Amino acid sequence: MQEESLLQMRHIMKRFPGVLALNNVDFTLRKGEIHALMGENGAGKSTLIKILTGVYQMDGGEIKVEGENVTIRSPQDAQKGGISTVYQEITLCPNLTVAENMFIGRDEKLWVRNKEREKKADEILTSLGIPARARQQLGDCSLAVQQMVAIARAVDMKCKVLILDEPTSSLDDKEVNMLFDLMRDLKSKGVGIIFVTHFLEQVYAVCDRITVLRNGELVGEYLVEDLPQVQLVAKMIGKELDELSSMGEGVEKKTVNNEVFYEAKGLSSSDALSFDFSIRKGEVNGFTGLLGSGRSESVRAIFGADKVNSGEVKVNGQQVKITKPIDAMKHGIGYLAEDRKRDGIIADLSVRENIILALQVLNGVFKPISRSEQEAFADEYIKALNIKTASRETPIGSLSGGNQQKVILARWLLTHPDYLILDEPTRGIDVGTKLEIQKLVLKLAEEGVSVTFISSEVEEMLRTCSRLIVMRDRHIVGELKGADLNQAQVMKTIAGGESGHE
Amino acid sequence: MKKTNAVRREPFTDAQLLMTITIAIFIGMYLLAMIFLGGGFMHPQQVIDMLNDNVSLIVVACGLTIVMIGGGIDISVGAVTSLVVMSCVLYLNGGGNIFVAILLALGIGLAFGAVHVFLISYLEIQPFIVTLAGMFFARGMTTILSVNPQKVNHEGFANLRDAKIEIDWLGYTANNGNLIPARIELGVVVAIAIVILVFILLKFTRLGRGFYAIGGNQQSALMLGINVKRTRFMSYLICGLLSGISGFLFMMHTGAGNATNAAGMEMNAIASSIIGGTLLTGGVGNVIGTFFGTMTLTTIKKIVVSSGLNQPWWQSITTGGMLCFFILLQSVVLSRRAKKKKKT
Repeated sequence: MQEESLLQMRHIMKRFPGVLALNNVDFTLRKGEIHALMGENGAGKSTLIKILTGVYQMDGGEIKVEGENVTIRSPQDAQKGGISTVYQEITLCPNLTVAENMFIGRDEKLWVRNKEREKKADEILTSLGIPARARQQLGDCSLAVQQMVAIARAVDMKCKVLILDEPTSSLDDKEVNMLFDLMRDLKSKGVGIIFVTHFLEQVYAVCDRITVLRNGELVGEYLVEDLPQVQLVAKMIGKELDELSSMGEGVEKKTVNNEVFYEAKGLSSSDALSFDFSIRKGEVNGFTGLLGSGRSESVRAIFGADKVNSGEVKVNGQQVKITKPIDAMKHGIGYLAEDRKRDGIIADLSVRENIILALQVLNGVFKPISRSEQEAFADEYIKALNIKTASRETPIGSLSGGNQQKVILARWLLTHPDYLILDEPTRGIDVGTKLEIQKLVLKLAEEGVSVTFISSEVEEMLRTCSRLIVMRDRHIVGELKGADLNQAQVMKTIAGGESGHE
Repeated sequence: MKKTNAVRREPFTDAQLLMTITIAIFIGMYLLAMIFLGGGFMHPQQVIDMLNDNVSLIVVACGLTIVMIGGGIDISVGAVTSLVVMSCVLYLNGGGNIFVAILLALGIGLAFGAVHVFLISYLEIQPFIVTLAGMFFARGMTTILSVNPQKVNHEGFANLRDAKIEIDWLGYTANNGNLIPARIELGVVVAIAIVILVFILLKFTRLGRGFYAIGGNQQSALMLGINVKRTRFMSYLICGLLSGISGFLFMMHTGAGNATNAAGMEMNAIASSIIGGTLLTGGVGNVIGTFFGTMTLTTIKKIVVSSGLNQPWWQSITTGGMLCFFILLQSVVLSRRAKKKKKT
């Protein structure tokens, strides 16, 4: 069974100031295989990819493509060597046409022949089954199609190795399937694909082989069949994960019958249709539904993050007005935004400054928190949440995603909220941290804090929530609790199956 | 599902849409002026004069459009124009040769472009600040060369200056019965040629498309294999070159040099580009739009003057108002389009 090896990386070393990012890592890619590169955040996946694409230079080791040694100094070098990358963020120009995006920067002729390009582009798009037209402006296409155009470009460049770095994180299920079809098609044409993702199910859906990294070291290479999902997770976080599998049953999700903390009637905002909602003290509930079903918009309305249009809101039985985030904060509501980079962290500020931010806002400008208090708070939460940072003064931007998320969580916890809304707190972070956050949510609930938890991963919500609100097409279409809280029922309700709800 | 090779019209791109709006507004405005103000606006010479008087603005605006498409800005163009005028005037008065004067003009423009882009691209300083410094520097140099206005006394140049294309059938009959032909200055021919050349450059060459790419998303452009630094280098260099040409055309039009020449021209050029549909954020723009942007701006000024509002501030106020209106229009049109796209 001597399969042809396409790409070999041997003994790769990479040092960053203070950290050994990659230590003696090997990676092999064979022809016509889809190879998942897995690991927690900070395990060295990105670093390995960036070395392969010429963004970073390695400090030691060798790279062979089809048996020949190559040196990769720039993204251009990598492309010439047949290594193409499609990143999570689209690296195409939205203001140019699809055809131009496929060909620009490649044909080194002085004159551009648009007609020829467009014809060729259309041929390639058709052959790969990508629903885009050559003369369309790229910005007019959906994200999934843009990603596919990027792949089409790579394919047309006769790439031998195609790296897909988190390509599915902003796609919905249908789009993911389209992408998978394309990947399988390319695989059959002999392209080797390196697939980096956080979605474990997706690995099992398309991949042939898995390489796991942990803390900058190689854990091993496995065939997909040989490594069940639980084992994979165990390899990634480096301990047997009884906790993870047991958590589903282990933690009792008490349906609490405390008094109602928050109640809204006919609440609507510029982005959310009118809905009713209430939550009890110490309750964990969840909003679920497909991307774009209005779950984020609804919780944003609760927090006053979008323009609130109408609705009666009661907090602790008293009628209040919440139209701005500061109103919500004053009533003890905290909101962890979906888009961490945009609405959450302030990348250039230190961990300490990010942590005290919400409390400071709540106190007002005229009651500054003293430096020693700030430091005490920061240290307390860095310890309590096990935030991995060099020091409390490290800029938050240099932390890994999971740790950034913990800092934002700390920011809200510091305000001692009565009601905390967590919108996708576990997106793009590693399994270990996910688990910690889930545990934290349950612990908070025990202490009497109400929590609304939103996640794209239904299992996660089933594990934490005692009540699930299901949304479809911007309407609440069902509410599940007790025995109905299982994956099948959730899926049915989301899909609008016959037994979903009355 | 139709086959892809069926001829299918794509919807307008943002740039095309904005340009079409500008052209429509220009034509509409001019027609209104013809109807309500009549007089001068009825003569073809009016349009030709608008061109004659604005050749250097058109050329400078072309250069700025290129830089702005690439996501940059160059506010030194007016000052460089002025410096070129003064240098060429003094050189010609000292008994210089016309061709050498042209080379001098181009050289000064290129030199400014090159220094700017070196600072911007390789030392990564903000383009606004670099070209602001360039602007002060060029203005200062102009004043050093001569504080007083200088008139060109050069025979060869006089011929060049007075060379005009006369077209009889576009002319009109004056009160005394003489036929006055329409007069087009040589500079107009050069300016229009430049507009066409820049149009071709932007649309059909590797370099031109590169400008759009780096303006659209610099990081992406780099990943797509475009030499971002070299492309940016070329955009400022061409802009500098066009400033040089603009200076020479300015001298051909006025026949004199003055330290306050072309004062505020950079702002008019930016306004023209924006009215023509170039976005300050880069990546979107079209030189034909810029040309019509200049014409629109000029028409407004003519209308203001013809309406009897002779004080100079009226022109500034209407220009400001117009610019505001266009930017508002652009953002409304673009955001409506974006919404529409989201829905489909």
